[in-house]
Amino acid sequence: MYKYDAIDRQLVNERVAQFRDQVRRWQDGELTDDEFRPLRLQNGLYVQRHAPMFRIAVPYGLLNSTQLRKLAFLARTYDRGYGHFTTRHNLQLNWPQITDVPDMLAHLAEVEMHAIQTSGNCIRNITTDQFAGVAADEVIDPRPLAEILRQWSTFHPEFAFLPRKFKIAISGTREDRAVTWFHDIGLHLVEGPGGETGFRVIVGGGLGRTPIRGQVVREYLPWQHILSYCEAILRVYNRFGRRDNAYKARIKILVQALGVEEFARQVEAEWVHGKDGPATITQAEFDRVAAHFVAPAYETLPAADREFEQRRQSEKAFARWVDRNTHAHKVPGYAAVTLSLKPHGVAPGDITSDQMDAVAGLADRYSFGELRISHEQNIILADVRQSNLYALWQEAKAIGLATPNIGLLTGIICCPGGDFCDLANAKSIPIATAIQQRFDDLDYLFDIGEIDLNISGCMNACGHHHVGHIGVLGVDKNDAEFYQVTLGGRQGNDAKLGKVIGPSFSAGEMPDVVDKIIKVYIENRHTDERFLDTLDRIGIDPFKNRVYEGRAHGRAKAAEKEAA
Amino acid sequence: MAQLIKNQAVAVDAWKTLEIAEGETPETVALPAGDVIFPLAVWQARKAEIISCHKRIGLLITPDDRVEDVAADLDYFIVIAVHFPRFVDGRGYSTAALLRQRYGYQGELRAVGDVLHDQLFFMKRVGFDSYALKDGKSVDFALAAGFTPFAEPYQGATDQPEPHFRRRSA
Repeated sequence: MYKYDAIDRQLVNERVAQFRDQVRRWQDGELTDDEFRPLRLQNGLYVQRHAPMFRIAVPYGLLNSTQLRKLAFLARTYDRGYGHFTTRHNLQLNWPQITDVPDMLAHLAEVEMHAIQTSGNCIRNITTDQFAGVAADEVIDPRPLAEILRQWSTFHPEFAFLPRKFKIAISGTREDRAVTWFHDIGLHLVEGPGGETGFRVIVGGGLGRTPIRGQVVREYLPWQHILSYCEAILRVYNRFGRRDNAYKARIKILVQALGVEEFARQVEAEWVHGKDGPATITQAEFDRVAAHFVAPAYETLPAADREFEQRRQSEKAFARWVDRNTHAHKVPGYAAVTLSLKPHGVAPGDITSDQMDAVAGLADRYSFGELRISHEQNIILADVRQSNLYALWQEAKAIGLATPNIGLLTGIICCPGGDFCDLANAKSIPIATAIQQRFDDLDYLFDIGEIDLNISGCMNACGHHHVGHIGVLGVDKNDAEFYQVTLGGRQGNDAKLGKVIGPSFSAGEMPDVVDKIIKVYIENRHTDERFLDTLDRIGIDPFKNRVYEGRAHGRAKAAEKEAA
Repeated sequence: MAQLIKNQAVAVDAWKTLEIAEGETPETVALPAGDVIFPLAVWQARKAEIISCHKRIGLLITPDDRVEDVAADLDYFIVIAVHFPRFVDGRGYSTAALLRQRYGYQGELRAVGDVLHDQLFFMKRVGFDSYALKDGKSVDFALAAGFTPFAEPYQGATDQPEPHFRRRSA
């Protein structure tokens, strides 16, 4: 992975000193709360329901074991011994003291980490595919360009005070795994006519309050130009994006208002000036950064390990875990492994300090000391020998991180919700937990098969509910918490938004609602049809009818209320 | 009164900024004598008049103004003031970058309005060389620490057009 050089190190150390001074000035009254707010936000520090929430960047999801041990230490020393992995390659701590944060940043800097621009109206952490570098279907490794983008975006002087936050994702596979259709800028690999590396530039996607699928602003951009092209997009946005209403300030609103053709025309007109300028990435720089991402010392192994295959035949529980939690690797005899942070009954994405230490040990013993965080809020050990899978599984089981539910109903993506977050309209974790308890039978879970259930506690959509096959959104009605259900959303190349099925439900109804939806699928599915296939074939109505069967609506409901 | 920092030192501000009071318009406002910074709308409405009676001319650009509209006139201005109504409104950074990088403006480029300590570094990088630091903020502290929180930034900007990767010794 990328190792800091003297300049990289100096910048994060200077950042620590800068923030320490800002906190001091705020305490001394030299900075007002309003003046301090954007400064602390750009260091990942929110003031939340219970305490400040501190968001640490895990750039493009990559960590080494030393860094994870440091995160464990921070959570144990300055917080309550656990952290929460988000959908954007960040670790959040929910209970630190503002005055401790400069020291926490200093600890992070020691292991080449930071919280730079993890919040605020600036360019956020660059995200990519959690299987970057090992995926069997990968065309290029996006990590060197992600690192180059990270450096470029760090303290960019022109774009530190944008109308609103700005998220960039980059994907190096044909099948998108970085949600590029739903970012402010999505760079999705496209090969040029001669096989050269380039990107389709997608702009103006986003979930949140106004979910919009991004639109293609340029079909093909050679990789050398991604910085200058992003600068052109950002300059148009910085100048003309709305600043009068925070809810209409994202770039997606500007793209919609101008129309994608006019927006693209303005970007291209701007880019004429920056194209081939100093921001053009040189081959030398690409090579320098790429050298940090060389493949580890893989051994030459047979494609299938005999003992592994035997274990798989003989132990059903192991076979299930292999089936759900391991992934094809481009090197024979290796697999990528997902450690599920979705054990039933625990807040999705949460991990204790002790678990972090244990996972660091697993990474050291089984995966060259490195790991990744996925946008599905799980941990990936990317380079595990097949022959070690059984031992790894047993160790992961012992620390509660081997639930075989990746891609299944209980592998829920979920935001922290109303239990922790100030923005939330409703709690999200108890809904996830209740659904996990309802579907605690592994046989049934496997029979249901692949399905994404995503839960957000408010329309800001941190739980990506719009792109869940089943999406759940917490809403506030007359100060009570209700949940709106969408069906048919999806990520990937054919990403689209789910459709709302009807009136919302109380928290208590949610497990039944999901149960009914699943039953309709099971009754209607053809052999080998996944949930989404059946839904696409039979449409949303059979689901709707079952869920609302016997439920009073509209006037009938009003009358019922009246009677009560 | 804001405190002026110019060329990394405290400076005396000889310029007055013309304000358009209620009931006045760019077409009707009286043009004062002396060194005056004129709002862009006044400049556009009264260009010939201003040129005929002022040797030293300043221009005020607000976030809603389009710098393109005065790109051909830049040689007239000794100072251009870019207004930050609130420090979180970052449009002025693009205005400054365009003036310096695209339109080759060489005169004084002044940040005015909600100009605070922690933004000075960014302002310097995009091409400002004078700063009307908001009242109540320490000029001495700004001069000592405001411009240099980071010694070696990554990306190119007006003050250093080459990104760090192009200046790296191989």
